[in-house]
Amino acid sequence: MRSLWRTLDRALARDIALVCVACAFVGVSFGAITVSSGLPVWLPTLMSVAVFAGASQFMFVAIIASGGGLVAAVVTGLLVNTRLLPLGFAVGDVISGNWRQRLFGSHITTDEVAAFTMAQRDPGTRRAAFWGCGLGLFASWNLGVLLGAFGGTVIKDTNVFGLDAAFPAVLLALVLPSLKDGPTRRAAAVGVVIALATSPFLTAGAPVLLALVGVLASLGGDRFAAKKVAT
Amino acid sequence: MMLVLAVVVLAVGTLAFRLAGPTLRARVEISPRIETLMMVSVAVLFAALVATSSLVENQAFAGYARPAGVLVGGVLAWRKAPFVAVVLAAAGTAAVLRLLGVP
Repeated sequence: MRSLWRTLDRALARDIALVCVACAFVGVSFGAITVSSGLPVWLPTLMSVAVFAGASQFMFVAIIASGGGLVAAVVTGLLVNTRLLPLGFAVGDVISGNWRQRLFGSHITTDEVAAFTMAQRDPGTRRAAFWGCGLGLFASWNLGVLLGAFGGTVIKDTNVFGLDAAFPAVLLALVLPSLKDGPTRRAAAVGVVIALATSPFLTAGAPVLLALVGVLASLGGDRFAAKKVAT
Repeated sequence: MMLVLAVVVLAVGTLAFRLAGPTLRARVEISPRIETLMMVSVAVLFAALVATSSLVENQAFAGYARPAGVLVGGVLAWRKAPFVAVVLAAAGTAAVLRLLGVP
């Protein structure tokens, strides 16, 4: 474990810390919103530890608070979290040790953790980024939620601080280097068009999954290029 | 009680999604071709996530302040600005625009 922190260089640690702080603020708002919408005070804390997936937690609470029913809340939450399957697959190499490591490592896999891990090449740095970001986010998110649930409604609307723009920017900054690759960029462009075109009609989570059809564009391009070389 | 059950179902299902990849990887050898395909998939997923979470909220347009913030952050990232600057500029732009009354 000690060697892990040594591999985590200072710049990367600072970047991860920034995301953790932002995450803690969103956690505070999640705790506060949940309690102030009349739900029990243990709910945000239980969810944050057991589910640990921010977007699905907000969805779940919003649906229940608006009287949408538990089944709808669970189904929507699961749909939003389906994207964690390919993410887990992509970063699975850093948690392929014993089963305990795999279980806990899987549990703390989030968008940001996967994005930070994906942005590193060297296996040692990948591990350090994964565990540093994963453990940091797990701690800061749960601490934030606890504060929000019990501390009341100090921060409710994190949009005032522009945090809703910060998180997409985090992912964008981390994914940008991989878009230098032509086929990947084509696939991403097609995926974005599909996701945006379908998002007015589908519930959250589904458009992002449908975007994966865009991966075909990277394959098609390969074959096309190969054919051009052949002729 | 039903609420606890609902949270447990969501938690178990979510963990299953997360666990599937690492478990599969520990059992079978992944070919480089599949590995590349996975990396492309994740890039596509993140690109789509960035686009939808910037522009869409509750199946409708999320307003101008948020995508403007993400755009400023994106341009800075593209110009190789430090990560901290990217994130703060994105949040700052959206916050200032809202302060000025832009939705």
